[in-house]
Amino acid sequence: MSPPQPLVRAHDLAMRFDVSRPWLQRVIEGKPRQWLQAVDGVSFEIARGQTLALVGESGCGKSTVARLLVGLYAPSRGSFHFDGQDAHAAYQSADARALRQRIQMIFQDPYASLNPRWTVEAIVGEPLLEHGLISRPAELRERAAELLVSVGLSAQDLGKYPHQFSGGQRQRISIARALATAPQFLVCDEPTSALDVSVQAQVLNIMKELQRSRGLTYLFISHNLAVVRHVSDQVGVMYLGRLVELADKHTLFSQPRHPYTRMLLDAIPKMQGSGAARTPVQGEVPNPLNPPSGCTFHPRCPQADERCKTERPALRQFQGIQIACHQV
Amino acid sequence: MSLLQVKNLVVEFPHRRGTLRALDDISFEIAPGEILGVVGESGAGKSLTGAAIIGLLDPPGRVASGQILLQGERIDHLSSQQMRHIRGRRIGAIFQDPLTSLNPLYSVGQQLIETILAHLPLSEQQARQRAIELLQDTGIPAAQERIDHYPHQFSGGMRQRVVIALALAAEPQLIVADEPTTALDVSIQAQIIGLLKKVCKDRGAAVMLITHDMGVIAETCDRVAVLYAGRLAEIGPVRQVIGQPAHPYTRGLMACIPDMDSDRPKLSQIDGAMPRLNAIPSGCAFNPRCPQASDRCRSQRPELMPAGVTAAACWLHAQEAT
Repeated sequence: MSPPQPLVRAHDLAMRFDVSRPWLQRVIEGKPRQWLQAVDGVSFEIARGQTLALVGESGCGKSTVARLLVGLYAPSRGSFHFDGQDAHAAYQSADARALRQRIQMIFQDPYASLNPRWTVEAIVGEPLLEHGLISRPAELRERAAELLVSVGLSAQDLGKYPHQFSGGQRQRISIARALATAPQFLVCDEPTSALDVSVQAQVLNIMKELQRSRGLTYLFISHNLAVVRHVSDQVGVMYLGRLVELADKHTLFSQPRHPYTRMLLDAIPKMQGSGAARTPVQGEVPNPLNPPSGCTFHPRCPQADERCKTERPALRQFQGIQIACHQV
Repeated sequence: MSLLQVKNLVVEFPHRRGTLRALDDISFEIAPGEILGVVGESGAGKSLTGAAIIGLLDPPGRVASGQILLQGERIDHLSSQQMRHIRGRRIGAIFQDPLTSLNPLYSVGQQLIETILAHLPLSEQQARQRAIELLQDTGIPAAQERIDHYPHQFSGGMRQRVVIALALAAEPQLIVADEPTTALDVSIQAQIIGLLKKVCKDRGAAVMLITHDMGVIAETCDRVAVLYAGRLAEIGPVRQVIGQPAHPYTRGLMACIPDMDSDRPKLSQIDGAMPRLNAIPSGCAFNPRCPQASDRCRSQRPELMPAGVTAAACWLHAQEAT
């Protein structure tokens, strides 16, 4: 049997934003256009029913990747295939609706992503109406109630408004809304980082349970490595718009190869630590408008040499993982 | 003698339909040079405890009863004028978001010098020199030049270093740090926590570190206080509270944290949510979510009682107490 085709295949995705000053100012000051390379050649595959997690610090392009996949941005380079179909071509065409039914998104902030003036029924039912899946009000109500029950809320909550719920409950409403069109692929952009740990555990458990029962495929974006370790099958580490390491969860956590991955793992405060001071890596993420030459991590890397400063390492296969580093 | 004593502190918010009790009978002490961690979920009253100590409760919130003593002197009923002399001079504060705690219209040097001159009898020249030293101590490279830069010219981590320098400007004995690393990335967080620990140790300043991140507490603090629904659930040495928590809430909280060393198919979770302030259950506030709750927990409120080396407000430890 040949290996099954991955559900999601991103190839060399790139996104740059125009951050130039207004035209007149540029002409007066003699400044060229300026571009921010938010995502720079990211490639990955996600098999059906699996979870790929993307981790990295603020500004590394994780959320831009998420927005590229759901079609909120059109990539400036590269392609994204969903179930064998060119998704970005489809987003432009008449098939966009059909595709959007199959790809849904969960956002970070459950306070900002639910309309405060709508009842839960309207929020959860909107995708059903929008995609013309259901039109009879009674049926809509029944389906919305089923969705709420599937995320651990009750049918009595249908008439309530978002402010009547706690943060964790709101995030479950977002999940119910995302599930309404019975999607196969969910893009989750930091779904638990606005939540307390006890509530985070509830939401993560529900997400895993739904994945088991519905065979969902997730792209899970987070900066919290402990959460990523819990939910993912594959982990991609991003730094300044590029993937620096992509490996299955067990390999990545037991044998981190890239110096940046090692630094991220080392930076997590340990619960059972000795209390001894660690030596945190110095420096900060450079300005993405003016990224360092060569390997963009070299100014912070303890192993950097001359080659790292000049030559950009490509992502390559190495003992079953993918890594972009000259030192490995 | 302890540096800070909080005795039976109650903070209330008067409201159209009755009074909300946001902090209910909180007592703890901080010894000189000690780092006390304060943890809890959002709305547990962590930040409010800090705000009450530095005298920055937002009206209509008020200290309804109880006492706050700094070196044996009451500071909870001082006028705002008197409190201004204590705040900054004897108690420093660090807040979560370094961008909003700095004034964007003044250079960091001006802000540091203003703080120093407000509290210490120095000349402008000496104050500037001291400001540069402070920036150097907090790990800002090229402090000589950076002192004349504005907050927007600093990155998030660097701004938080400036805020720490500001808090330390008048050599306070106590620093109240409210979620100092929450707005920062993990790699920067480790740097800032290391810095805070070092500068406070060098100066012998005590720290009250408010955070929801148990990992930060485990690495930094000597003792930790766990708050739940405005009440103190457990307080004790950090190793014991994390390793052998005595209160079922602390146990639940520790178990929900995904850890790096083991693979569990399912995280354990505490069902339900923290009660709202207007609907705190009778007896122990945690009883509806507690797997070990008994009839006594539903009717009678537990006080802090000794539970091994820590103290927990839980009837499970009633035998040990008597």
